[in-house]
Amino acid sequence: MEDIVYLDNAAATRLDERVLEVMKPYLFDTYAVATSQFGYLPGIEAKDALDAARGRMAAALGATLEEFIFTSGSTESSNLAIKGVAMALGEKKGRHIITTRIEDFAVLYSARALEKQGFQVTYLDVDKLGRVDLDRLRSAITPETILVSVQAANQEIGTLQDVAAIAELCQEHGVLFHTDATHSFPRVPLDVRQVPVDLVTVTAHLIHGPKGVGGLYVRKDTPLGKWMDGGFQEFNLRPGSENIPGAVGFAKAVELATPEETARLQGVRDRLIERLLQVPYSQLNGHPTLRLPHNANISFRFVEGESVLLHLDMRGFAVSTGSACFSRSLEASHVILGIGGNHERAHGSVRFTFGRFNKDEDVGAVAEAITEVIERLREISPLGKDR
Amino acid sequence: MPLPYSEKVMEHFRQPRNVGRIEDADAKSIEGSPACGDMVAVYLKVDRESLRIDDIKFESYGCASNIATGSIITELAKGKTLEEAKHITWKQASEALGGLPPIKTHCSILAVDGLRAAIENYEERHGLIREHKPTTIEVIRKRLKRVMNPMVGLDLVRTKVVKDIEIADGVVRVAIDLPADHQFAANIREEISEKIQPLWDVQKIVVEFTE
Repeated sequence: MEDIVYLDNAAATRLDERVLEVMKPYLFDTYAVATSQFGYLPGIEAKDALDAARGRMAAALGATLEEFIFTSGSTESSNLAIKGVAMALGEKKGRHIITTRIEDFAVLYSARALEKQGFQVTYLDVDKLGRVDLDRLRSAITPETILVSVQAANQEIGTLQDVAAIAELCQEHGVLFHTDATHSFPRVPLDVRQVPVDLVTVTAHLIHGPKGVGGLYVRKDTPLGKWMDGGFQEFNLRPGSENIPGAVGFAKAVELATPEETARLQGVRDRLIERLLQVPYSQLNGHPTLRLPHNANISFRFVEGESVLLHLDMRGFAVSTGSACFSRSLEASHVILGIGGNHERAHGSVRFTFGRFNKDEDVGAVAEAITEVIERLREISPLGKDR
Repeated sequence: MPLPYSEKVMEHFRQPRNVGRIEDADAKSIEGSPACGDMVAVYLKVDRESLRIDDIKFESYGCASNIATGSIITELAKGKTLEEAKHITWKQASEALGGLPPIKTHCSILAVDGLRAAIENYEERHGLIREHKPTTIEVIRKRLKRVMNPMVGLDLVRTKVVKDIEIADGVVRVAIDLPADHQFAANIREEISEKIQPLWDVQKIVVEFTE
């Protein structure tokens, strides 16, 4: 992948060598697991490394050590948060959950799974920019409501939610609040000392950390059922041998994702949006300012996304689209439809997401390539000829 | 990892043949819609004497499979008589492309439908339909098979949303098992009309949705 300009960093990122370096000792030398701490020295070393990594993860969120558990990634984290709360409170308090229409699949399908078990789920509509309306959320809360799950940032259009306001609203009503921060952590700061959120999903693989490592912040005393059965690891909430190299790598990746770097990515991203909106019949999807710093999502009318992607691929650029033709389910992006876009807007949407290894000059190159590709595809399109 | 598309598909995708519009076309068709994600337009220039396709062009709004199939069917049809071109099948087009991924079948069938619809359009316009057979429920059903249910990307008949078809005194009534306020209702209504309207004995089309 050396020779391509990779602009799909919301799907996966290249591992940073510095992350790999800190992981190596726990792959080759101290490969014991923390569970063996009472048996032999490498087990103690492994436990120390895990605690240190946990401490750094907790610190990045303003949490305490016992409030952060490692998982296999954000899908597992969100499953644990949603199903864990349902297990703990479904019988005791109520069987109603609130989320939004534009969540990522881990949240949406966890909610659907609970519906099949008799839970009620409210899927909140969002506005044209992808924001949740607080009044609408407030009026959706009932005495039966046990959990609100609203993402911190959208995976496709990058819109940020007002996590602090939502958290306060939930606190007022005595309802637990989970936020999926997969795409925003740690680039968009979230401090749990200031924001009364109860559960936060995070992942390593989108910040140049290893794949297969995620985490869940669980505020102290939050009722949470143990959703997966097994050993007593991770405060008896997440069984399974600890992924110590993964945990160590995650903590390093967080350290490397500095505010300075985020500012650079935002600058590059802003220039790309400016260039792409010069293409006729283009439109920005998501919020113009309250959006992920490394995300741009633009719809180009009269063209279909899979064709755009293949042409860009031939020119050496990797991006993503919300077109039905690109998805395995042949369904158009539920996010673009969720913000009131029609199918044509979903089919013509292209997502660009930046990461550490993108260079400033990538912007000019991709903008030029996409301008050409769109022009070419519009030439062969039966749509928009009267423009 | 091999690309999901054959080398031949990619070649036609990169350099589609016979692409564009014929301004003074003798016949044309538009199949599909932006809502279902694929749309193809076919234009024909036909020799009146020999009924041979002198020129054919297509336009596509769609994925690689749709563009490549559009390209290959114009190659297959060019120079053939209408009667010969009518019998070009999706299977032939797909084989000429070295196969297509199963999930992409509907986008490529659309292009073949486009060719057939353009030929039909020529025949209807030039009085070549020899005998006017009365429209039957079977005929309507066949046409509804060319209307996509955008929810799943398959046609209305196959997705079992056609509840009922009635024909009486030139009025065709189609009952669709979707709510009237469904996001695709207007789009489906429009497409059904488009497909049924050209039938010689149809005066009015009523599309009904369930409550």
